[in-house]
Amino acid sequence: MSRDAHSGGRPCEPCLRRSWLIARLAAHIELAWSARRGRAALLGLHDLALVDALAGDRRDGILAEYERFDAAAARRRCTAAGVAGLCRCDERYPAALEDLSDPPAVVYVRGDLRRLERALARDCVAIVGARRASPYGLAQARGLGRGLAAAGLAVVSGMALGVDAAAHVGALEAGGATLAVLACGPERAYPASKRRLHAQIVAHGVAISELPPGTLPRRWCFPARNRIIAALGQATVVVEAGERSGSLITAGQAADLGRDVGAVPGLVTAPLAAGANGLIADGARLVRGPRDVLELLFGAAAETLAKAASDDRRDGLAPDLRVLLERVGAGCDTLAALTDGEASVDATLAGLAQLELRGLVRRAAGGRYVATA
Amino acid sequence: MPVVLARVVTFAIDGIDPRPVWVEVDIRPGLPTFRVVGLADAAVREARERVRAAILNSDFEFPARRITANLAPAHLRKVGPGFDAALAVGLLAASGQCSAGALERWAIFGELSLSGEVRGCRGVLAVAEGARRAGLAGLIVARERAGEAALVEGVEIAAVEDLRAIAALLDGGEVPPPPEPAPAPAAGGLAPDAPDLADVRGHELPLRALEIAAAGGHNLLLEGPPGSGKTMLARRLPALLPPLTRAEALEVTRIHSVAGVSHAGALATVRPFRAPHHTISPAGLVGGGRPPAPGEASLAHHGVLFLDELSEFSRPSLEALRQPIEDGEIVIVRGQLALRFPTRFTLIAATNPCPCGYAGSDRPCRCGEPELARHRRRLSGPLLDRIDLLVTVGRPSAAALAAAPRTASAAVRERVLAARERQCARLAGTAAHTNAQLDARRLRAHVRLGSSARRTLAQAYDTGGLSARGHDRVLRVARTIADLAERETVELDDVLQALALRTRESADEVLAA
Repeated sequence: MSRDAHSGGRPCEPCLRRSWLIARLAAHIELAWSARRGRAALLGLHDLALVDALAGDRRDGILAEYERFDAAAARRRCTAAGVAGLCRCDERYPAALEDLSDPPAVVYVRGDLRRLERALARDCVAIVGARRASPYGLAQARGLGRGLAAAGLAVVSGMALGVDAAAHVGALEAGGATLAVLACGPERAYPASKRRLHAQIVAHGVAISELPPGTLPRRWCFPARNRIIAALGQATVVVEAGERSGSLITAGQAADLGRDVGAVPGLVTAPLAAGANGLIADGARLVRGPRDVLELLFGAAAETLAKAASDDRRDGLAPDLRVLLERVGAGCDTLAALTDGEASVDATLAGLAQLELRGLVRRAAGGRYVATA
Repeated sequence: MPVVLARVVTFAIDGIDPRPVWVEVDIRPGLPTFRVVGLADAAVREARERVRAAILNSDFEFPARRITANLAPAHLRKVGPGFDAALAVGLLAASGQCSAGALERWAIFGELSLSGEVRGCRGVLAVAEGARRAGLAGLIVARERAGEAALVEGVEIAAVEDLRAIAALLDGGEVPPPPEPAPAPAAGGLAPDAPDLADVRGHELPLRALEIAAAGGHNLLLEGPPGSGKTMLARRLPALLPPLTRAEALEVTRIHSVAGVSHAGALATVRPFRAPHHTISPAGLVGGGRPPAPGEASLAHHGVLFLDELSEFSRPSLEALRQPIEDGEIVIVRGQLALRFPTRFTLIAATNPCPCGYAGSDRPCRCGEPELARHRRRLSGPLLDRIDLLVTVGRPSAAALAAAPRTASAAVRERVLAARERQCARLAGTAAHTNAQLDARRLRAHVRLGSSARRTLAQAYDTGGLSARGHDRVLRVARTIADLAERETVELDDVLQALALRTRESADEVLAA
């Protein structure tokens, strides 16, 4: 396999044709998916079996297109979109994906290929969770992303709203590696409100997808994308998930692939924490912070890595600020609760501002302060 | 038969400014008609019927000849019923039923009833000022509004009941004096029933923010779930502000008189508090319309403008507020004339933290990130740039409700007054009166930072995501906090408190929340 000078990827014709076929049949897969017809096995079918199973009376037309497929044109479309393709015949194809029963034929990459290689050479951790996350969940995801990236791990997530985005942001803050696995073409920012995040990920990490550039997201693409996240991560950490959440499916897939699963606990009364707490009850590793994830992956060796992950922002904190921080962490998170009718408003305000300046707390909605992980 | 001509001086209200108008009445032989010319609106044209009935019912004679009344200058649009009395008097003088000799010394302003009574009109105070400026000796107005006119010094006010009284006065009768002004209410510009901070339980942080806002003239954003007390708190700001000076009070009364907001014929003594509904149009908010009338922003001049549910106001309305906040006045250009309405107010805005209202409160929030982002976007932008303080209003705890009040308005007001005096002394000789009016250049000249305060602010600027604008806002608020603490140098504590009360600014903070 020859390496192109700039893009690096020159995916072979059968693989390209396979991923073209998936995109071509996207609407049919959507139908089958909503009818709950054998959706688990679909992507594992052979090309022709796939057409037979899905295309119905369009079968002949699609087969004709299949025969006429022009690999050179597909490569040109990739180049035009600034996307590189790594096919299963490429030695740089993520090995972790081979564990899947239905690995993607081509991984389309937006962003620097060498960064992807470097990220895959490290240990990857997937962080997934609710889109409608609470400030606590967002702070945990961001803290995990930052801490794990600082320890030299790559953070994998789906760039969805809420926990996913926060995990990416955390990793980017630490200047670390982060991989966004998208449910559409990798050059496309979905959801659109994450345009800026997508641009930052492309600039400092990579966005990848099994779908060729130009493909729009459909509902089945998200669970399909989740299997890639689960496979790429050495461990998958669920931050906040309701009882019937897609994040739990990702965690289940990760467990099926033999990967480690961890979860950040929440209040037992919070519906958003039901999924994560349930995972812990079922034996998932309880994750209190980056250090727990490192221990999950590396056991005793975590200690040295954790040093890099933990920052010394707490060192040298004045005793009164330390007390204030502990109270915020313990749930006294509004100024009214912190002053409790006794302490001085002015002094508490000043203390909170100092903690915020050091990045130890963050202002959240409703005038609450959230301790950052 | 000789041609008869009479000329009466009156005033038109243009925006909130009085403009002299001469009513000329010409009576000549011919088919009996009564025409009014001179860019008069419908209310003025209807005056013919009122004038005719009033004259006849006052036992005068309505000349059965060709009558033409002209309102000069012809280019100025004349609006409203205030020209009735002048038209009637001009007609009487032109037909020789009253003396025309005194008409040069008096201005006449008022509406007529069919029975001949003189009624008060909006804007009497402005008209009285116009009469003084025009060098007239006196102004004849309806008795019911004479008290308001009498607030202007240097012009004699004749308070008349009806058309006959005007004729008697012009024929050399006694000048009926205006009623004695009502005794000024409670000294110091506090209405006796004004809402007091002593009624507030809990809410330590909002109370502190109100004090800072009052002391430095800062605009304030209150954020909190429905029913947490945002409106209740905002209503208590006027009582914390220094009392109106006489000049300020005259200005307020004049604007309110034009807009028809009554002060019962007396000077405004309490700072205005205006709380327009969020469905208000841009013209209703900052002034405009045909004819241009002052909007809520002008009615709140020298007082407080409270915008509840800020995110529900239309974008054009909020955009329109930007210039008035910045310049302290709004200029409305209509055709060839530019009208100025003063708008120097303290803005208090209130908003729910999210569309459903419960983000961050004890009840679960039902909003997703897109809704939150949309909500924040509506709140961001140019208007938020003009707001120095952000404070969250939460539900007070049961213990706080049972506790004794923390403070009372009078005590806070004393601190506010002292802080304002320090600002005045420091800013003497500049156009600014309060810290909120300090621009970047004046900030550098008038804010002296202690060394640790300087370091902390620089650190926040370098690493904390503070923008240049946000930096200036923090500096202004810190200056006020130091003024309240009677410090000339801004110390670390002042800067830290100002940082904790700063408004959100970046998309990053949206994500973080």
